[in-house]
Amino acid sequence: MATVTLTIDNQKVEVEQGTTILEAAKKIGIEIPTLCYMKDINAIGACRICVVEVEGARALQAACVTPVAEGMVVKTNSELVRKSRKLTLELILSDHPQECLTCLRNTNCELQALAEAFGLKEVRFTRGAAKSATEADIDDSAPSIVRDPRKCVLCRRCVAVCEKVQGIKAIGPVNRGFETIIAPPFDQKLADVNCAMCGQCSLVCPTGAITEKDDTDKVWAALSDPNKHVVVQTAPATRVSIAEEFGMEPGSINTGKMVAALRRLGFDKVFDTDFSADLTIMEEGSELIQRITQGGTLPMITSCSPGWIKYIEHYYPDLLPHLSTCKSPQQMLGALIKTFYPKKAGIDPENIYSVSIMPCTAKKFEAERDEMNDSGYQDVDAVLTTRELARMCRNAGIDWNALPEEEYDDPLGLSTGAAVIFGATGGVMEAALRTAYELITKEELKDINFTAVRGMEGIKEATVKVGDLDVKVAVAHTLGNARKLLDLIREGKADYHFIEVMCCPGGCIGGGGQPIPTNLEVRLARIAGIYKADEQLPIRKSHENPAIKKLYEEYLKEPLGELSHKLLHTHYVPRGVYRKPEDIPESGSGH
Amino acid sequence: MGAQCNCQNESNKKVEDLLAKHRGNPNSLIVVLAGIQQELGYLPKDLLIRVAEELNVPLTDVYGVATFYAAFTLRPRGRHSINLCLGTACYVKGAPEVQEAIEKELKIKAGETTEDRRFTFDVVRCLGACSIAPVMTVDGEVHPRMTPERVPEVLAKYE
Repeated sequence: MATVTLTIDNQKVEVEQGTTILEAAKKIGIEIPTLCYMKDINAIGACRICVVEVEGARALQAACVTPVAEGMVVKTNSELVRKSRKLTLELILSDHPQECLTCLRNTNCELQALAEAFGLKEVRFTRGAAKSATEADIDDSAPSIVRDPRKCVLCRRCVAVCEKVQGIKAIGPVNRGFETIIAPPFDQKLADVNCAMCGQCSLVCPTGAITEKDDTDKVWAALSDPNKHVVVQTAPATRVSIAEEFGMEPGSINTGKMVAALRRLGFDKVFDTDFSADLTIMEEGSELIQRITQGGTLPMITSCSPGWIKYIEHYYPDLLPHLSTCKSPQQMLGALIKTFYPKKAGIDPENIYSVSIMPCTAKKFEAERDEMNDSGYQDVDAVLTTRELARMCRNAGIDWNALPEEEYDDPLGLSTGAAVIFGATGGVMEAALRTAYELITKEELKDINFTAVRGMEGIKEATVKVGDLDVKVAVAHTLGNARKLLDLIREGKADYHFIEVMCCPGGCIGGGGQPIPTNLEVRLARIAGIYKADEQLPIRKSHENPAIKKLYEEYLKEPLGELSHKLLHTHYVPRGVYRKPEDIPESGSGH
Repeated sequence: MGAQCNCQNESNKKVEDLLAKHRGNPNSLIVVLAGIQQELGYLPKDLLIRVAEELNVPLTDVYGVATFYAAFTLRPRGRHSINLCLGTACYVKGAPEVQEAIEKELKIKAGETTEDRRFTFDVVRCLGACSIAPVMTVDGEVHPRMTPERVPEVLAKYE
C-alpha cells in the first residue's frame, strides 16, 4: 500500500494513501472535533465543525472528507480554525432550542459536548421567529421513536443509517436551505410510513432530535399502584450493555446486578426473557423439523426481531409464509405472564402489569400489535429500552456499583447459554442447531460451539450434518443484508432450510434501544460478553432447561400443541411499502 | 371542455410513456419529475408515489428532490403566474404594500394559487430591474413602478 507523509500540527505522520486528515490526526493523538461525521456511516463534510487549515488551500477544509497528500501541512488548532468552528457552532445553536436540562439526551449530547469543549460563553445569533421547525413538528405518533425536528442539526446520520444499513430511507431531507427538515415524505407521521421502528436513527443522532419514546412514567405509575402486581422480564442483550450507562466497560456481564436493581425499583417479580428464548427454541425447532419432514414452506425464517417483521410485512409480503409462526421471546413470556404464571401464583391476571426491558425500540411497537393479546389482555403492557431502565435507576438513586448479584424469580427465570446468545447475530441459529441436532439424532453434540454463524460478517452461511440430512443455514443481520437473502428466495435460488434474520447490526446487542454510543467497537465487546455469559452457564442447550421441561409437563403439554398454538404462535400482516395517495393527508411543505 | 379533456389524456399518455421509458432506473429521477412537471404543470401526489415505485427510488428521495428544486411544484399552478420582486430596491420603494394589495385582491398568500386556478402568486428576490422598482411580472410581462392602487387594473388584464 502506498503511503503519504504529511505534517499535522508540526508532527510528521505517515499514513496510507486515501486516509482522511481526520483519521491521520487521530493516529498521532489529535482528536479533531466532529458533529455530522460518523465512522463507516456518514462522511459528508456538511457541518463544518471539523475544519482545519491546509497550507496552500484557498479555504478551510473539512477534515472528515479531505484525503491526505504528500507533503501536506495541516493546522488543526490555529486561531482561524478555532474561530471558525466556534462561529459554526454558534450558528447551529442559533436555531437549536436551549432546552438541554429537559432533554432526554442531557449530558449525553454531542452538540452539548462541543459547546463545553469549545468553551462557548454566548450564542450571538438567533433565528428569532423564523425557526426551521416548531413544536407542531414534533412527531410522537409512533410507539417506538419520537422525532423532534427542532433539535435537528441536519447532520443526516439518521438518513444514512436508514438508507445504507437498513435499506429503507423512511426519512430524508425535505425542502431546501433554512426550511430543510428531516422527515418522512409528504410530512407523514412515522407511525404511518414504512419505518421498521428499529431505532438505529436514535442511536446515531448526535442530539435529542430522534429518541426512544420514553415510557418510564407509565412504569413508575404502575409501580406506585398498590393494586398492581408488576412483573418484569429482561432481554438477553441488556445484561451485557446496561452497565455502560454507569461507567463500566461495554460487554461487562451484569445479569445479577440488573436483577437486583429491578427489585430495588419495586418490581414484584423479575423474570428472564432468556427463559422464553429457550421456549422459542423448543417451538421453533419443532416447527422447523415439521416443515422439513412434512414438506412445509422452506427456508423457514426466524421471527424474533420485530423490526425485521415489520420490514418484511412492508417490503416482501409475498414471503410471509417463510416466517416461523413463533412469537418473539418477549411476547411468548408476555402471554405466559398473564396465563400460566397467575394461575400458578394464585393472582388475578387483571392486576398484573407486565413490563419488559429490551435493547430495542421496535419491541414497543410489537407489544402494541393487535395480535399480541392472546392472554385475554395486552400481553406486555410496557416496554422499556436499556436506556430507559438506566434512567429509572438514576431516578431512584441506585448506586450500580454497590448492587449485589441476585437471581431471577421462579418459575420463569431459569435459562441456558443457548438463550443468552439470542442477543448476538447468529445466536438464535446456534441455539436452534444445538437443540435440533440432539432432538433429531438422539446423540450428544460433541462441540456445541457453531462458530461459523458468529461474528459481524453481514451474511453467514453454514451446512451442518444432522443425522442423514445436510442442514443448510444462513444468518443475516441488518435489513440491508436481509434483503439480499429475500431476493434470493424470490428468485428461487435460496436452498437453505433455516435463516436467522436480526434487524440491527450485530443483532440485539446493537439494538436501537441500547446505550449511546453503540458503534462497531462497542458491538464487538458486547458480543464477546454474550459468548462469555454462554460459557459461564451450567446448561447450554435449551431442551435441557429443567424449567422449560416443567412448563411443558405442567401446562403446555408439548411443543406446537394446542395451548402453544394459542399462546406462543402468531400470524403476520401484509402492509404496502407506501400508503395509497388518497390516504396521505395534504402536507404543508412544497411550493 | 372537450378539447381540454383530450389534452389531459394526451398528457397522461406522455407521463405513462415517460415512466415506462425510465422504469427501474433510479438515475432518471430528475428527468422524469421534470417531464411530469412540464406535462401537468405540477407533481401530483399519486404520480410521485408511482415514480418511486417505477424507478425503484425511495419515496423519501422523490419527495426530497421535488421539494428541493424551485422548478417543481406539488400543487397545480394557476393559468397566470405573478412574480413580485421583494429585493432590496423594490422593498424600500413599497413592494410589501403591493404584496398586501395582491393578497387582498386575490384572497391568497404568496406561494399559493387561487381557487379558480386563474393566478399563482409568488414573491422573488430581485428581478434585476431596480431602476423601475417596485417591479412585478405576470407571465413574464414586466409591470414597472407598481403601487397598491394599480394592482386591480393590472390583474384585470389576465383572464
